[in-house]
Amino acid sequence: MTDAVLDPAAIHSSVDDVARATATPDQLQPWAELGLKADEYERIHKILGRRPTSSELAMYSVMWSEHCSYKSSKVHLRRFGELPAETRVGKLLAGIGENAGVLDIGQGYAVTFKVESHNHPSYVEPYQGAATGVGGIVRDILAMGARPVAVMDALRFGPLDAPDTARVLPGIVAGVGGYGNCLGLPNIGGEVVFDDSYIGNPLVNALCVGVMRHEDLHLANATGAGNQVILYGARTGGDGIGGVSVLASETFDAATADGLSGPSKRPSVQVGDPFMEKLLIECTLELFAAGVVNGIQDLGGAGLSCATSELASAGDGGMQVWLDRVPLRDSSLAPEEILMSESQERMMAVVEPRHVEQFLAVCAKWDVDVTVVGEVTTTGRLVIDWHGEVVVDVPPRTVAHEGPVYDRPYARPADQDALQADAAEALPRPVGGAELRDTLLRLVGSPNLADKSWVTDQYDRYVRGNTVLAQPDDAGVVRVDEQTGLGVALATDCNGRFCQLDPYAGAQLALAEAYRNVAAVGAQPLAVSDCLNFGSPEDPAVMWQFERAVAGLVDGCRELGVPVTGGNVSFYNQTGDVPILPTPVVGVLGVLDDVDRRVRQGFRTPGQMIYLIGETRAELSGSQWALVEHDHLGGLPPQVDLAAERALAELLRHASRDGLIDAAHDLADGGLAQALVESCLRHDVGARVWLPDELDPFVALFSESAGRAIVAVPRSEEVRFTDMATARRVPHVRLGVVDPGDGDPLLDVQGQFSVPLIELRAAWSGTIPDAISA
Amino acid sequence: MRVGIVTFPGSLDDIDAARAVRIAGDVPVPLWHGDHDLRGVDAVVLPGGFSYGDYLRCGAIARFAPVMTEVVAAASGGMPVLGICNGFQVLCEAHLLPGALIRNDHRRFVCRDQRLRVESATTAWTSAYQAGQEIVVPLKNGEGGFVADTDTLDRLEGEGRVVVRYVGGNPNGSLRDIAGITNGAGNVVGLMPHPEHAVESLCGPGTDGLGFFTSALQALAA
Repeated sequence: MTDAVLDPAAIHSSVDDVARATATPDQLQPWAELGLKADEYERIHKILGRRPTSSELAMYSVMWSEHCSYKSSKVHLRRFGELPAETRVGKLLAGIGENAGVLDIGQGYAVTFKVESHNHPSYVEPYQGAATGVGGIVRDILAMGARPVAVMDALRFGPLDAPDTARVLPGIVAGVGGYGNCLGLPNIGGEVVFDDSYIGNPLVNALCVGVMRHEDLHLANATGAGNQVILYGARTGGDGIGGVSVLASETFDAATADGLSGPSKRPSVQVGDPFMEKLLIECTLELFAAGVVNGIQDLGGAGLSCATSELASAGDGGMQVWLDRVPLRDSSLAPEEILMSESQERMMAVVEPRHVEQFLAVCAKWDVDVTVVGEVTTTGRLVIDWHGEVVVDVPPRTVAHEGPVYDRPYARPADQDALQADAAEALPRPVGGAELRDTLLRLVGSPNLADKSWVTDQYDRYVRGNTVLAQPDDAGVVRVDEQTGLGVALATDCNGRFCQLDPYAGAQLALAEAYRNVAAVGAQPLAVSDCLNFGSPEDPAVMWQFERAVAGLVDGCRELGVPVTGGNVSFYNQTGDVPILPTPVVGVLGVLDDVDRRVRQGFRTPGQMIYLIGETRAELSGSQWALVEHDHLGGLPPQVDLAAERALAELLRHASRDGLIDAAHDLADGGLAQALVESCLRHDVGARVWLPDELDPFVALFSESAGRAIVAVPRSEEVRFTDMATARRVPHVRLGVVDPGDGDPLLDVQGQFSVPLIELRAAWSGTIPDAISA
Repeated sequence: MRVGIVTFPGSLDDIDAARAVRIAGDVPVPLWHGDHDLRGVDAVVLPGGFSYGDYLRCGAIARFAPVMTEVVAAASGGMPVLGICNGFQVLCEAHLLPGALIRNDHRRFVCRDQRLRVESATTAWTSAYQAGQEIVVPLKNGEGGFVADTDTLDRLEGEGRVVVRYVGGNPNGSLRDIAGITNGAGNVVGLMPHPEHAVESLCGPGTDGLGFFTSALQALAA
């Protein structure tokens, strides 16, 4: 830590203020090191009519970064805005432009949810990267006025047996758990997926959902001249500054001379303090309840640069900030560093002068540091002072909203045709019961299909006492109202292998799977949040994947009648020149009028009939079978039929509401075989199944056709169930019966093979713990 | 009956404890860590969470909260006090219970449905159970390994002060599989598992935990 007794005047005597910037137009500036292009730097000159100060340069460089400005994705993301801004329940209360979209779920309640990436920090420093990923998304939800009620995480890693996975995986899991558990938010689900392409670039996508009453919605703005700008929460430190450390060096030459490794180089990954965040949540909700908040914004990426410019441009457009008032952890920080710092657990509020005293009192109750750092003005400019010198004087919209926009070239890769021609359907298949049995055991023990409880047992799923379903159920379900039983269901999904084969169809399959998972627990799917993880946008092939995936999602959401309420884009996910599999993670939120009607996964009651719903085709390209048995990726992904998905979802929801099904499980990775295994192992109850005559047994077991689920139907409801499925024109076939057996429970595939559950469990449960402890 | 639930900064399961008290037919009364005031309650629950961020050591700072002066005095006077998870850690730090809780032996946080055996049904918080009864309640902690010196362990066993014990696998390395203990008078109980998460079948593994809260009612009515 830097010595705090240094004389600030001595340190900052050389501050690059507006007067100096005007007087020294030709001073070299490290714009390229900060990631700006020559024409972007030129544009800043035009906006300001002079060269930027180093503080201004820092602000523009982070706010115009890909991460903050969406400059490569904006032209495509606009298409999400074309979707109708309403759900089955009602109009969106806040749309995609806010921190997180807000939707009506009935009974006067609204929910807000969003999924966001924290991929690169989690590779550099797995624990803190993942922890602060959770912290950031939770503050996004909080800033909408909602109480965060649950989190989920969608994780992607390199091969389970890769040395670096043993470093990254335990750290990321401990970080997600360490932060979320300490925050008191149940972790209700997510994904853990392994693929070679993530080896140098794991994905950490964190989702948070929050609940509020309609009247409690708070949108970020800074309307009302004279209103006070208040910063509260943690003190500002030197963490998370990253490339901005270039600016902290006195001159461009000094910075390049020591190759950024000089004393001013600071850690680029933020360090989280979940205890402070817990206080921030309770304090902020109490501030909302007291009615003393006009506008609010969390401090995440780009820190104060983002919060001040976004709050100012969302309001009347003017704001004066006294930067030297910001409480610091490190008194040696320069103004540009304070503006860029991504120190966690901070919020900024706009408060009417008459409410300031009460605001400070609530913060004092929660022992939260609070400082008035500025006020709203009518100048139309964001002006930031540092010890009496003006270091920033900019039109805030040019920083926050009017950054560069690129329509980057995109082109279908030349080898896409060859990839699609190399179909897995042509690969050698197992023949006969013994080979099918061996194949099943290898698949259930493979990393992507194996038991994930080593991961999920490190997450508190019970806190707050409203968790109705959590992993490994198809979707997480939390109760919103104890009296009425109103609740929400959430699932995230993405099969990157399918997206590689066809990003348009792959994105739709991700959407369809999350939608189906939400329906499988008995909920009505309402809305989507997505986290679009891709390689470099400067690679036309990656940009083509991105464009196709967005198009697939937009078209899919339109057909399913679900709006996209928010999300996040993460580019530059690659190891060297090799991009990750395109990974548009889709989160679907649904509503249950009464969570008591939820449908669980897993066979429990002997004698219940097992039905397979949906149509099975010979679709093996991109499947887990092709991966595990042939290390193969090629061909075309399973056919997308969103009308069928919708019909399936409606059937599942109505059947659960009418009490016709006792258990349900969607079919996805690993196909029918995996769904049967998981349904049996859940409660250690066996099943006897007979595969449909018209299907090849291998195809029946391992095809990954979409739009399918298995359900357990009480015998007394069988006729009503089949009548309902017939009336809704949903294909269904009686597949077997829940059968505990006479001795050890078995999964018995009649005429093919039989395998004791104890053998399946041994193959399924050891894979991840064995690999991590090896 | 009025059961106080203390909220420290960083308490997380306070609302869950309040719900459990309500379901048991009692009236939950919120108590604030900074107040020297028990608001006339008949019993106190110290809930789970990470009081003061668990900085320094779990429960070490909470022990010095103003409200704890009143809790210690009331406990010494016989008031039923239940410490769950972090609350158990606070009770040990406050010397209302012997021993300490250390990091799990496998060094990971663990959340699972845990089978327990009720060893003592004579405390203020377990009288609704039968001695020897097995129950399932959630367990979730990173620092749940109960330790004490051998003399203390022998005394706890000898005096029948082990209240609940882990069965079907020790989840955190607790000595002698001890999940919860009581003081000599039987009014102060601390345990790592979370009975407040097993009070309604919809949102937990069952209702096996409810007995802790109905026991308090019985103890007060007696």
